Amino acid sequence: MILIKIQKFLRRQGKPLVAFISRLGEFSLFVAQAIYNCLTPPFYFRNLGRQIADIGFYSLPVVGLTTIFAGMVIALQSYSGFARFGAESAVASVVLISVTRELAPVLSALMVAGRIGAAMAAEIGTMRVTEQIDALTTLSTNPFKYLVTPRILAGLIVMPLLVLIGDVIGIFGGYVVGVYKLGFNPANYVNATLQDLQPIDITTGLVKAAVFGFIISIMGCYNGYKSKGGAQGVGTATTNAVVSASILILIFNYIITELFFSK
Amino acid sequence: MSEENKIEIRNLHKSFGKKIVLDGIDLDIRKGESLVVIGGSGTGKSVLIKCIQGLLRPEEGSILVDGEEVVGIDEEQKEKLHSKMGMLFQGGALFDSLSVWENVAFDLLENKGYDKRSAKNEAIRVLRQVGLAPDVADLSPSELSGGMQKRVGLARAIASKPEIIFFDEPTTGLDPIMSDVINDLIIESVKGLGATALTITHDMASARKIADRVAMLYKGKIVWQGTVKEMDKTTNEYVVQFINGSSQGPIKVEV
Repeated sequence: MILIKIQKFLRRQGKPLVAFISRLGEFSLFVAQAIYNCLTPPFYFRNLGRQIADIGFYSLPVVGLTTIFAGMVIALQSYSGFARFGAESAVASVVLISVTRELAPVLSALMVAGRIGAAMAAEIGTMRVTEQIDALTTLSTNPFKYLVTPRILAGLIVMPLLVLIGDVIGIFGGYVVGVYKLGFNPANYVNATLQDLQPIDITTGLVKAAVFGFIISIMGCYNGYKSKGGAQGVGTATTNAVVSASILILIFNYIITELFFSK
Repeated sequence: MSEENKIEIRNLHKSFGKKIVLDGIDLDIRKGESLVVIGGSGTGKSVLIKCIQGLLRPEEGSILVDGEEVVGIDEEQKEKLHSKMGMLFQGGALFDSLSVWENVAFDLLENKGYDKRSAKNEAIRVLRQVGLAPDVADLSPSELSGGMQKRVGLARAIASKPEIIFFDEPTTGLDPIMSDVINDLIIESVKGLGATALTITHDMASARKIADRVAMLYKGKIVWQGTVKEMDKTTNEYVVQFINGSSQGPIKVEV
């Protein structure tokens, strides 16, 4: 009697675990397939171009606004915070380091995940439930190469460029607050920034950006590609794409930082 | 495999989890004939087509197309297989990010190496063939009515001159007159290409019109097959019940 109860209990606990593991396996296969397909022809350059424009060019306003306010608020916060130690002069380098290492890549990626990850999941998901993906296959076109590969390559290429632009805008935001609100000498501020500028700050930011770009595209595509069950399924796919991409971005942000700066 | 069979299906089994959908299908489709598979909703008609196309992998059995095995082929062979197939999807499945002519000329542009101008000319020619005016070519699929979308879907299916064409419920969701127009177009285009056609439907008027032969699918098995004439004379209880649309008989509707 007790044995049966235990068995029932275990079975109940085991079911979601098995489901989770099989989903993890499915996802790993998807990632492997994505990477393999990025490296083998045919390539659909027209689709790649469209995705680059979508992810890159049309995300510029969002990324610009995000990073300029991030830079501005860091200048303000660090000034008032460092005033306690009499270290107000460090504002320029604090802005530089925090924008290039953290704020520009992470905040841009989160904004792009909301904008692009959702759009990818919704578009591919709708194509799945309306049989457009099957239609691609019957027209002798590998849907993975036609839909997923261009999006992943675009994410990898475009996110670093966006973050590079975000770096410049964010630092400019800090400069504006520093000079016009906090009364720094413009020449001194620029000098301090340039003096503290280390290549490693920029490169880690760009490495992060590339990883985040990959995460955004792969979560958007995966959730869209595997969606089922009509409008509701597409809705769920969209939500999952954004939430999972955002969480993974924050986790990988820590991991990459640890890899570069843990010494 | 006999010379005359375009597609040969033997002992085909496919299930999803515990639900058995195809339970040992044996079916031959002869070269150049139009076979219609009838059966109620959820009897596995679409699954059958997807297995033949290699979109779904059956657990057991064999499918030969032109004498070559379809079950378990890799991506490259699949592309080769699809280059001789065309399909009209139930909902049209037109690519909504592309214009009508880009839909019709998709295979020509992506795989057959046509340049833009000649692909568009060819698309307009095929569109005319299915009764659509050239000015439809630049519209987007979402601007079209249901019947027009079906026509564009048909145009896309026949544009690359396939040897085998699949029709998934070609008349579902259309009014009786438009259904008949689509039926005529199907007959015309299949005969015009000399293609082999496999249609799945539960619309008996459509089945009678386009079929050379009819097969009935029930509970994952082919329970009857024969010509349209034989269908009208048969005493097979399943077929009789299905064509009369009666709720009484051996076919039990699971509610």
